[in-house]
Parts: sequence; structure tokens; C-alpha cells
Amino acid sequence: MTRQYETVIGLEVHIELATRTKIFCGCSTAFGGAPNTHVCPVCAGMPGSLPVLNRQVVEYAMAVGLATDCRISRLCRFDRKNYFYPDNPQNYQISQLYLPICRSGHIDIETPEGIKSIGIHEIHMEEDAGKLTHDDWAGETNVDFNRSGVPLIEVVSEPDMRSADEVIAYLEKLRLIAQYLGASDCKLQEGSMRADVNLSVRPLGSDSLGTRTEMKNLNSFKAITRAVENERARQIEILESGGTVVQETRRWDDNKERSYPMRSKEDAKDYRYFPEPDLPPVEISGEWIEKVKKKQPELRDEKKKRYESQYGLPSYDADILTSDKRLADLFEETLEYCKNPKKVSNWLMVETIRLAREHGIGIDQVDFSPENLGKLITLQETGRINGTVAKEIFAVIFTDDVDPEKYVEEHGLAAVTDEAALRDAVRQAVEANPQSVADYLAGKKKAMGFLVGQTMRSMGGKADPALVNRLVGEALAQKAAAYSSFCR
Amino acid sequence: MKEILRWPAAELAQKINRREIKAKEAVSAYLEQLYALEPELNSFVTVDEEGAYAQAGRIDELTQSGKNAGPLAGVPVAVKDNLCTRGLRTTCASRMLEDFVPFYEAGAVERLRAAGAIILGKTNMDEFAMGSTSETSAFGPVKNPWDISRVPGGSSGGSCCAVAAAQSLCALGSDTGGSIRQPASYCGVVGLKPTYGTVSRWGLVAYASSLDQIGPIARNVEDCALLLEVISGGDKRDSTCLDRRDVDFGRAFARTSASPQTSPQTSSQASLQACPEDVRGLRIGIVRDYFDEGLDGEVAAAVRRAAQQLRDQGALVEEVDLSLVSYAIPAYYTIACAEASSNLARFDGVKYGYRAGAEKGLHPMYRRTRTEGFGTEVKRRIVLGSFVLSSGYYEAYYEKALRVKAMIVAAFDKAFSRFDLLLGPVAPTTAPLLGQTGDDPLKMYLGDIYTVSVNLAGLPAISLPCGLDSRGLPIGVQLVGPRFGEKTILQAARAYEKACGGFALSPMTERAEKKGGMKV
Repeated sequence: MTRQYETVIGLEVHIELATRTKIFCGCSTAFGGAPNTHVCPVCAGMPGSLPVLNRQVVEYAMAVGLATDCRISRLCRFDRKNYFYPDNPQNYQISQLYLPICRSGHIDIETPEGIKSIGIHEIHMEEDAGKLTHDDWAGETNVDFNRSGVPLIEVVSEPDMRSADEVIAYLEKLRLIAQYLGASDCKLQEGSMRADVNLSVRPLGSDSLGTRTEMKNLNSFKAITRAVENERARQIEILESGGTVVQETRRWDDNKERSYPMRSKEDAKDYRYFPEPDLPPVEISGEWIEKVKKKQPELRDEKKKRYESQYGLPSYDADILTSDKRLADLFEETLEYCKNPKKVSNWLMVETIRLAREHGIGIDQVDFSPENLGKLITLQETGRINGTVAKEIFAVIFTDDVDPEKYVEEHGLAAVTDEAALRDAVRQAVEANPQSVADYLAGKKKAMGFLVGQTMRSMGGKADPALVNRLVGEALAQKAAAYSSFCR
Repeated sequence: MKEILRWPAAELAQKINRREIKAKEAVSAYLEQLYALEPELNSFVTVDEEGAYAQAGRIDELTQSGKNAGPLAGVPVAVKDNLCTRGLRTTCASRMLEDFVPFYEAGAVERLRAAGAIILGKTNMDEFAMGSTSETSAFGPVKNPWDISRVPGGSSGGSCCAVAAAQSLCALGSDTGGSIRQPASYCGVVGLKPTYGTVSRWGLVAYASSLDQIGPIARNVEDCALLLEVISGGDKRDSTCLDRRDVDFGRAFARTSASPQTSPQTSSQASLQACPEDVRGLRIGIVRDYFDEGLDGEVAAAVRRAAQQLRDQGALVEEVDLSLVSYAIPAYYTIACAEASSNLARFDGVKYGYRAGAEKGLHPMYRRTRTEGFGTEVKRRIVLGSFVLSSGYYEAYYEKALRVKAMIVAAFDKAFSRFDLLLGPVAPTTAPLLGQTGDDPLKMYLGDIYTVSVNLAGLPAISLPCGLDSRGLPIGVQLVGPRFGEKTILQAARAYEKACGGFALSPMTERAEKKGGMKV
């Protein structure tokens, strides 16, 4: 490579909103369901049907706009995007082109060079399409309109990103904002968040933009990273070999780790946009904006600061706990049952994340009652169970959400706190291991740990470790006293 | 013609509610007339004899148990075939929807049924309401009952024909650019296009969403008002439908016809309630621009006579220039076709309706389905509409048309600052001969010159019979009101009707009786 290149990236992110019903009818947005069971004349594009706007969609779009410092349009309007495809029952999509609901915002991301502001060109509302499934056996394509009319917002960034890392940081931030607002669960794999990457390269220091391509079918952050790097390299290679980049839409194949052209600018569709005549313009009053602002929940940055100041958590803990809305919710809900923030934080940061990884699920899929974790911590704090047992029980809470109090009782896991019984066990351990006692007396303090372990084992792991420690210490102290008097 | 066929809607409903006659008798009398004339007129696509008798049975049961079955109890209504009727096929007179049976009902039809009306069937029309002659129907042209060698007008030709021939007592039509008023004028009946947003469009198969409006077609002004009252009102399923509280159009007549009295009240609404026939002091503007060279001399004379009649009754009639008249047609066809090109995109063979068989691949299937399923006029408008919306032309055509629309609204606003109503012709001529219009679409489009600007401005307007030409064909006069001005329109219309001594049905209705109600 003779020249140095700069990558210029802009994103178009579709986010599925978490409304109960669709954007233009009362049908359920629930995932799954037998094909064409969540449909009505409106979302199936029947003749004579008419759309009616779901106000919650407007509020979620406004909420995301406010959280990203956008200007909310006081008058916004829907437009029809006309194209023929069988997953689109009306053969037009109701979207926004001329007057989108939000404009001119930004999202600040952290980069090695410091805070960087990524501009948001606009956010608009639109409806999702249905789903086509191809039946190779029957040689048929079937269409399911359950997804048709599910509300989406499209967040269009400015071409302000320069690397895959910045793209991921921007997406993470956007995902957290939408999740914190309750506007979306933003699952890339399930398609509730989809990003199209517009990328071009230019010689470092150049002011003008190069020819860009649009990359589709990016289903994970990893795929996005790979696609960005791959496309950058592909474009540079073309330029270096004297060619020109073709403006086109490309499809990423993550298995083959390369992209394929879908359509070029020449055969780009003419969508013949025009104002949707079935929906009056949406007037957004200052009052309405204020109402949404008031309902705006605490976002990540504020929450993180509060965790440090209110609960005295280390910055490291606060960062991890707020990295996912689900984790933060679990933290706050568990605190209602257990007043030790650092303990709760430890269980979530260490054990919960470890188990989620072990089970191959995302944090957002973690599903146990905060009450059970709270009880578990209390059980341990009051010495009714020891740490080892607590970890065992937590693994069961994680999978089956059991009540730890009942579980301890049913499985006889309560710590043995009967001092006489423990003293007996300690005595037996000391007598059975004279060598360890000798080692201890000779100065090998580690030998005490062995004796504690032996005692614990004889108690089936249920002994209160603090108590065992004390008793073994006492027993050894006695031996030491006897030994020294013997020596004297 | 049988006596029962002569009663106006309110009277028929009253007799049925009072159990003087049964709804079933009304249905059978109308069906007899319908079948007798249908072979000559072709005004229906589907006759729902079974459904009509079933509804009549329900009405009679209600009245037998002493209940009031509604203001339209047992009143037979014919419904234009672009209004969805649950369980009854709705074709839009297109091959595309030849076998389409909706599982939902148009809001206006729901309201009709709730008021006790009986749906006799679905009326023939121009395919997807695109046309001015009712000849573009996939089920053959409708004939004019005054002269069956002539067209009834369109697109609500079947509905207007059915009312003029007493095949039905009244009917519903839809008006996008004159589709109720123009056939009403050709058929000598009363047809009203309400203010945009007065009647729910839920279940109306859209032609041009921003212009479409459902309206009543009747023999007289009072029935028209009664029907309008029943179908008007808010509907949450149509976001463009207004929740109007001033829709007591029929009741205003009913109250006053019993005890006419003069009142010192001055507002037009109050004066309508006080005395519906009174036009004294009403300011009516004759639209001078409409009386240019394009207008047939006999039509012009009849319309001027109607204006003179209203002046004689005490209205203050003056001439007014509306301007922009020549821009209305291109603006209308640009906007209407643009919306139509998108509205009709859903007819693709995938989900319902016609699908061309034996095609491999999606695009060949789309192409053949739409080539075979749509008629020429529909395809012409889809192509025109797609063109004006396409990239590079949008600003030059569609956006410019929207600007013209805004200017037309302003021109009407200006006129209504001086006048309560505007008066003019409905169409340049009386009904043309069958087969004379289709070859020259531009000429056909120009025939809409006096009606389309009303749709562009979203205003209410009525077409009233105002005499016959030398060939014995009905001529219509149009009264246009300001937004929400239906009551003023109805007031003047009623006054004019009274002065005329009522409007005549087509001569064919009498001939049918001589034939003895031949059943088909």
C-alpha cells in the first residue's frame, strides 16, 4: 500500500419497538405464533382497510430522539415508499421521508482518543414487512404477515465513524439507550436491531468523500466488525489497483467472510415516495414532548454515577452492572431484598455473568427472581450456609429459580453451627493427622488449612467455615501450649 | 309502478315501524322492479336476495315485538360495489376482484344496517371508480334509464341508475372527482358528496384516498339528508374521518316538516331547522367561469333557470369568478392517479383476487396478473400516476399539483367569504351515447371540469335535477357549500325541489309496471 486511507462510515440502524400492538392496527406484536395468526385487514393489506397510528410508537421514537439530543419535529408526516415484494402486503411501506420525527442529534462514544460525538441525521418511524419462507420440498414460497406492521424506528447517523471499533461503540450505546428507555430489547440475532453499514474510503487528509457501498445482512457485532474490515480492504484494493468503487448495495456472508453485490445504483429502485394520504400529519405539542421527557428513565451514564455515589460501588462494578439494562434491573430489584450493594454486585458481576456464559445465553435472557438472590445472600451473611453451598444453590437458582430457603431445608444444606459437634470433628481431624499438627508446630502455618479442610469434609461441606477456622485455631493453640510446656 | 315503490324513505320506514306494512313486502316489491329492469340496465353486479330477505325478517321481528327498527327500517339501499360488504362479494367491477368476498364491512354499510336499511345488492360502476360513464366495468356497461342507448354517467352509474329506475329506493356511491354528482345529473336523481372526512372510508376500496368520499343518492332531498345523517359520523378506523357533531341532517327536516314556522334566528343551521325551504337572504354565487364555450347551451340555460328560481324565492344571486378552473383537471388527474397507482399496487395476485396461472417466477406472475386483471382505463391511470411520482418528475407534476390544490382551496375560501353557496352546472353536457367516450380519454377527463375542484378542496356539493334537454335527458345543477356546509346545501336544495314540485323518476319505471314485473 503506497497511500494511507481513512474509512468513513455511516450507519442506518433499524430498531424494533417494544409496543404490544402493531404500528397501524391492534394486532399483537408477540414473537412466534403460527403463521398469519397476528393479522387483520390492515396489516394484511386488504382492500378498503386503513391505517391508524399507534401513539406509543410516536412516544418511543420521541424518547429515543430526546435521549440522543435530537430536535423533535413539531409536525411530522408519513410517506409511502412504493415497491413490489410479496412480504409487503400493500406493495408500499408506510415510512417517513420528507418530515421525519427527529433530526440533528448525536451519540457520544468513548474512543482511545477521548469522547467523540457521532451525529444523528434523523430518526424516522416505519412499519416492518412480513416474512417469506421458502419450502424447497414443495417448491413454494409462503408469506407470514405476523411481522407485517411491527413498528420500527430507523436511526440514520452522519458519516462520522472511522473504524469498526467506533461502529461497535456507537451501536452499543444506541442499544443501551433503547433498552434503558424500554423502547426496544435490541437483539441483533433476533433482528430486533439491524444495522446497515455505509462505508467509503478516502486518502488520509482528503476532504471529499469516496464512493460508498451499503452493506446488509449483519447479524452480530462480530459480523459487523468483520464486514467493516473486509469492505475497507476491498475498496482500498480496488483503488490501489487503479479501479473505481461502484456505488452498490452488498450482502455480507458471515460464514464465507466476504460480501456479494446485491444491486447497483443503476438498478436502484425508484420508490416514488409521496405523502401518505390515509394518515393526517402528526402534530407534536410542546406539552407532549414535556410529558415524554418527564417519563424518561435514568439512562446509563446517570445510573453509573449514581451507583458509585449512592451505593459506594467501585467504578469497575458500576460500569459492568450498567452495561446491560437487565443486569442493572436485577441489581436494583435485588437490593429491595438485601441491603448489601457490594455483595449483590459481586453475585451479578461474577457468578451471573459466568453462568450466563456457561449456558450460552445473553444477559438479557437471564431470568431468576431477585428475591431469591436476595434471600441467598442473607442466608450466607447470617452464616446459615457457607460460600461453597451458596454457589451451588445459586447455580440452581440460575436455572430453576428455586427459593433458596426451602432448597437449603429440603436438601439439608444448612451450615452445622453446633459447636460441640464441630469441636468433636476438629478433635478427630487433629488426632488423625499428627503430621499436620507437627508441621504446624514447626511453623508451617499452611497445615492449619489442611486440618480445616479435613474437618469440613467430615461435615459434608456444610460446616460454618468461620467457626471451623476458630475451633481448629483453638485446638492447635492448645497443642502449641502443650508442646511448649513439654519443651520447657 | 306499485304504490309501495313511490313512498319516500322516511315514510316507508315509518309505515314499517308502525307495522302498517312489512319490510319483506318492501323488499319483494323492489326486487321485482330490480329484476324486471336489470336485463336492460345492468345496474347491479350482485343482487343479494337472500341477504335482503334475511335482514327484512330481522326488521319485521323487531317491529312485531314493538321495537323501533331504526330510521331506515326496511328501506332498500343499493351499495356501490367498491364498498366492502361482509360475506357479499365486492368486485369494484374489476376482473381483479371478481371473486373477492370481504370478511369485514365498510363503516357506512355498518351504519346503514344498524339504522334498519336493507342492502339489496352491489351496484355496477366504472372499474375501481375510474371513469365517467360506467362503461369501464368488467361486467358490461350500465345503461341510462332515461335512454338505454346512453350512459348513466360514472363512476357511481349503477347506483344512480338503480335509484332513477326505482330498482332501489336509495343508494350509496363514492365521489372522487364527481362520481356521485355527475351520474346523479345524467340520471335525474339527487346525489350528495359530503365534506371530506364526514363519512368513514373504512371499507371503501380506495381510488384516491385524499379525495374519495362516500355519499347518498336518492330521489329527493329529504331522503338524501336522512341517508347522509345515517352514514355520517366519526370512525376510529379512519384517521381522516372527523367526529362531526352537526350531522343531524335528516332530523332537521323531520322536525320542521311537521310544524313549519318562521323564526327570527339567523344562523343557517337554525334557519334550516326552523324552515328548511326558506332561502330568503341566502347568498348564492353563480360560478361565471363555468359558463364558457365548453358548456352545452341547453345545460347552461337550465342551470340559469334554476338560479333564477332560487332568486325568485328570495335568495341573493350574483355572479362570481372562481378562477383557476383550467388548472383543476390536470391537478386532479395528477393527484388522483398518483394515489391510485399506489392504492392499487396491492392487487398483485399474491394474497387475494385474480392471479394469472401457470407463470413461473414472481415478476412474470405480477405482470400477467395485473395485465389481465385490470382494464385499460385503470392501467392508464396507474401508469400516469407512477410517472408523476417517479424520481425527476415528482416536483414538476405531483408537487405542482399540490400547490394548485392549495390555490383552489384559497379561491373557494375567498368565494365563501362572500357567498353561502356556489351554483353551477354538474357536467358540460347531458348523458352521451354509449361507446362514444372511451376512445378519447382527454375529452372524458375534461367532462369532470365542474366537479373535480370540489374534491380537491374537500367541500360538500349536491347535484339536483333541473329539467330535461330537448332529447328528454336530465340536466343537473350543482350547489357547492363551504366546509361543513351540508345543511345550507340541503336547505337550498329542498327549497328548489319544492318550487319544482318534486323530481320525476325515469319514464322507464312506469314501463316496468306495464310489463308486469317480469322476473329474471
